Amino acid sequence: MGEKVAKEVSIAIADAVAQCKVNVISAYPITPQTHIVEHLAELVNNGELDAEYMPVESEHAAMSACIGAAATGVRTFTSTAAQGLLLMYENLFIASAFRLPIVMVIANRSISAPISIWNDHSDVMTMRDSGWIQTFAENGQEAVDLIYHAYRVAEKALLPVAVNIDGFTLSHVIEPIELLDQELVDKYIPPLRMKYKLDPKKPITMGAIGIPEIYTEAKKAQDEALKASYRIIVNAWKEFEKLTGRKYQPVETYKIEDAEVALIIMGSLAETAMNAVNLLRKKRKKVGLLRFRLWRPFPMRDFIRAIGKVKAIGVIDRAVSHGSTGGPVGIEVRSALYQSNKRPKIVNFIAGLSGRDVTVEDFIEFFERTYEAISKKPKFSYEIYGAKE
Amino acid sequence: MPKAQGLVSWKALAPGMFILESGNSVEFKTGDWRAYRPVLDKEKCIKCGTCYALCPDLCYKKDKNGYFIPDLYYCKGCGVCAKHCPKGAITMVLEEA
Amino acid sequence: MKFMEQRSKAMRAELKKFRGFNLKNLPEFEGFAPGHRACQGCGTVLPLKLALKALGPNTIAVSTTGCMEIISSPFPYTSWKVPWIHVAFENAASVASGIEAAIKVLKRKGKISKRRKINVVVFAGDGATFDIGLQFLSGALERGHDFIYICLDNEAYMNTGVQRSGATPYGAHTTTSPAGKVIKGQVTWKKNLMGIVVAHNIPYAATASPAFPVDLMNKVKKASLVNGPGFIHVFSPCPTGWGCKSEDSILTAKLAVETRIFPLYEVIDGKYIINRKIDKPKPVEEYLKLQRRFRHLTPEQIEYIKKRVDEEYKKLVKLSECFGVES
Repeated sequence: MGEKVAKEVSIAIADAVAQCKVNVISAYPITPQTHIVEHLAELVNNGELDAEYMPVESEHAAMSACIGAAATGVRTFTSTAAQGLLLMYENLFIASAFRLPIVMVIANRSISAPISIWNDHSDVMTMRDSGWIQTFAENGQEAVDLIYHAYRVAEKALLPVAVNIDGFTLSHVIEPIELLDQELVDKYIPPLRMKYKLDPKKPITMGAIGIPEIYTEAKKAQDEALKASYRIIVNAWKEFEKLTGRKYQPVETYKIEDAEVALIIMGSLAETAMNAVNLLRKKRKKVGLLRFRLWRPFPMRDFIRAIGKVKAIGVIDRAVSHGSTGGPVGIEVRSALYQSNKRPKIVNFIAGLSGRDVTVEDFIEFFERTYEAISKKPKFSYEIYGAKE
Repeated sequence: MPKAQGLVSWKALAPGMFILESGNSVEFKTGDWRAYRPVLDKEKCIKCGTCYALCPDLCYKKDKNGYFIPDLYYCKGCGVCAKHCPKGAITMVLEEA
Repeated sequence: MKFMEQRSKAMRAELKKFRGFNLKNLPEFEGFAPGHRACQGCGTVLPLKLALKALGPNTIAVSTTGCMEIISSPFPYTSWKVPWIHVAFENAASVASGIEAAIKVLKRKGKISKRRKINVVVFAGDGATFDIGLQFLSGALERGHDFIYICLDNEAYMNTGVQRSGATPYGAHTTTSPAGKVIKGQVTWKKNLMGIVVAHNIPYAATASPAFPVDLMNKVKKASLVNGPGFIHVFSPCPTGWGCKSEDSILTAKLAVETRIFPLYEVIDGKYIINRKIDKPKPVEEYLKLQRRFRHLTPEQIEYIKKRVDEEYKKLVKLSECFGVES
């Protein structure tokens, strides 16, 4: 077992990527993920990582190069945020349709306009339909563990994986992190062997026209593959627990078993919310917390099981879906619950946009407002919380 | 129940909808497109290979005597070979109906 | 400076070893299969076929979205006999960069024999190169990947119905630069892509025309022999889009060279070499009158074209004199 060392989370992530013996890295700077690609450049240029480091000329080129390299059968990595993610948008859909095992870290940041470098989830929430496996990290250790997990899952399921970390609030903080020993990494992530790749010895055609007579079948095949990846993802976490003792599940809950009211929050704000839960629990309030670690494929069964007998749910979104029936997570939660027999009341807040602090007091307020919803239906389907009137 | 219109079952597709059999367009008959057909006069032909080099449809093949013979299964009748033959050995003839 | 000179010498020695193809003895290899859906007389698929023939089977091809991709890959058929990938419209150069980087790594790790040469070639249209893909081309050239970029220039966005691109020549009628009553066709001169590419200091850049098939094949082969990016700008006639007879497509490619509109030259390590000196150019009208897209040109427009074509040719001659090869 390794030892816990205080490291900036971005640096630790880069170290983990290097341990995974990545072959091609395409790098483009964008705040706040830049430290990851910078550290990878150091590792390559110091001879500590044998990989091709491509300083590309845009994020679109970064994802294009990853597609080309992955199609040739090598392990790839890139990292981006906000505007960068949006710039590579058309390639995201192509990468998943081509079933390429690319791993990408997204340091979640607001999307323009107004231009802002601070943290929220608006960037990743735009790629819900992209066909990528998506996971969210809450703290530095989890971020690193999700990297190892990402490579194992990507290469088994043959689907690209996006690991999300909160920009600045997670990417730039120093936390005690333990990297796996190299032998364990090698055991957990076997060498990449792709059956279908660009090889003059076995020529194949990638990217043919999807005429109407085949497009539906192609999409169904892709969709089934993403749904089937759930098993692979869960088994990979079970395998990880055997190696390290750290247990990860698609949905993470905190004191929800006997809770009457629960909040749903994604990413590192969950740690602040836990403090609020502890405070309210001291006052004998039955409150709990739920967090999606696995976002895509949406862990429907785990989620429905986890909310147990909760009477009201407050969904705290960190992105706006303008003119919609809720924030992105709120929409998905409502949709998932509607298909089950459970009918808790749902309140949807949008908070923490672009790095605005969400404090323990705010979370207590969310809990109180959610309690109110048990008896009185909320007036609005979602509320942008804390906007100065 | 909608009539399934797909070419093949979604289960039969290679991942990524890759086409695994390279060059299988040879099954597709583009010869149906033409209105004119190239006719070779072997007396004039000097076996230079210009028609073979310039055919956009890869129709020409060398026979055992070194003459280049057009493959009418694919020939679209564009007339480039006839136009550029240095000895005028190829004539474009109207296809019978 | 000394390093550049040595690279130059070594490279030119390597290129000298290559004897050149011969029309009587062209390689038998075909990287492209018949049964593709190109138009009759397509002058764009012809250079593609010739390039693959020159490169041989150890080749990975990347296409941009465009005519060549559409005609070659209608599911379930494919005309590609070499491994091929099509990702999106603008990014073939970046995809090729990724493939080249992957091959480098696989060679270092011993998964592919270091002695085995695998060509990575991009087939891109003019729209994909001059316009939407310029950034990607520039990045790939600057990073110095060992690949070949072939721009099949048919002077408009042909696949979507003949819209103008940065490569559309002055005066040409396209659907987005139509010959109207007030404005008659394309108002700007064709973008000087070779100038942009040569500014990246790549080892090999050349222009080629399918009317000179052996010259085209030689250039593609040379681009594959150099260590670093090779760029070929291919003049690719489109009878459908240009409004000429299908049998005249290659003739226009010949006249374009003989009228000095599209001179054939190479730039090897920054040194300009004109392959075919046109001292007595054919009149530009002979080229223009074959194509309906130039039918509307006024005498003033034709005068301007003549003057400008001559000017550009003289500039090229000056470049070959200033930055030519001594030997």
